[in-house]
Amino acid sequence: MFKKFSLQESLSGQNSVKSSVVRGIRSKLSEQFPTMEPFMDDILPKKANLIQIKCKDHFTFYAIDNEILFFQHFNDPITPTLRLLHRYPDILPRVQVDRGAIKFVLSGANIMCPGLTSKGAWLPDQNIPEGTIVAVMAEGKEHALAVGVMKMSSDDIKSINKNIGVDLIQYLGDPLWKTRLD
Amino acid sequence: MSTILYCGVCTLPPEYCEFSASRKKCEQWLQQTHPAEHARLYSDQAITEKLAMTTLSDEKVAKEAAKMEKAMSKEEARMARELEKKMASKVVIKRVERNKRKRVTTVTGLEVFGVDLKKTAKEFANHFACGGSVSKNPQGQDEIVVQGDFSDEILQIILKKHPSVPRDNIELVEEDKKAKKGTSASGATEQD
Repeated sequence: MFKKFSLQESLSGQNSVKSSVVRGIRSKLSEQFPTMEPFMDDILPKKANLIQIKCKDHFTFYAIDNEILFFQHFNDPITPTLRLLHRYPDILPRVQVDRGAIKFVLSGANIMCPGLTSKGAWLPDQNIPEGTIVAVMAEGKEHALAVGVMKMSSDDIKSINKNIGVDLIQYLGDPLWKTRLD
Repeated sequence: MSTILYCGVCTLPPEYCEFSASRKKCEQWLQQTHPAEHARLYSDQAITEKLAMTTLSDEKVAKEAAKMEKAMSKEEARMARELEKKMASKVVIKRVERNKRKRVTTVTGLEVFGVDLKKTAKEFANHFACGGSVSKNPQGQDEIVVQGDFSDEILQIILKKHPSVPRDNIELVEEDKKAKKGTSASGATEQD
């Protein structure tokens, strides 16, 4: 999603949002990511000075203290950024790819099913439904490699084992990762 | 909440440095700044364990390594080229006559040295209490335009605030229209 992106070029305006809007975002996030609930006060304090950054093509970013925490495309679900995920590793369900897939993911490839089912990869026993935002971990690494969205349910990935399993949203080293606000 | 160490060279977590093109530099950086972390990731033991864990065959690993090597040398060449280009490029501070006694100062080529044009323009405007903006010149480059003749002061500010710009690369140009017959008349009609 952010393979080609430059905040400076696409920026159309930024402003700090009202506390009522923060409340709305908080409730939306808790609904989307029940696992995020316990950390909510840390991530997004009630009185936080949340900055909303609007960009071209309906991209909206939310930042606190010059750090982008979330982004949203049009009316899609609000997604945490990779940096936030690194700080709070448990906020998203996880999938894991094998070692061979790492370098392709690092250059922005979507994750194909075999990369999620082979030896060294890992999928949770419980089913992850289609459309869920997941943290992509990697074999032998402790930190997340990317944030993606499930293109099919994890049961389907196991049974079909073909085509794209996870659509990549953000990966380590992409332009959004390198974007710094100051 | 956990704090995470990021590589100062490639900005990834150090465990992913092995996949970046600046692998060698990353390792050096880690060794210098975080020896403990370096020992954990780059010790012989860690490497053999990693090899044992990987699901790829030996042949593939060797192939991969060769590919990596190639990518690295490419990256290095690219960096060297970029540096050379940087050294060759010039920052031009130009005084342009706009209207008889009125001058504007334009600065081109700053962006090559990683200077934020918009911010710098604002700084100039504040410092000199005048108009300052970023605009495109006829060549399609972005330039900073400051209303007034401040070429010498701007030179000083750039040297002070942006040490990444070498003095030898800055050029001062004065482009004044010679007061000839006829030009004065046309100058008078140009009112804005």
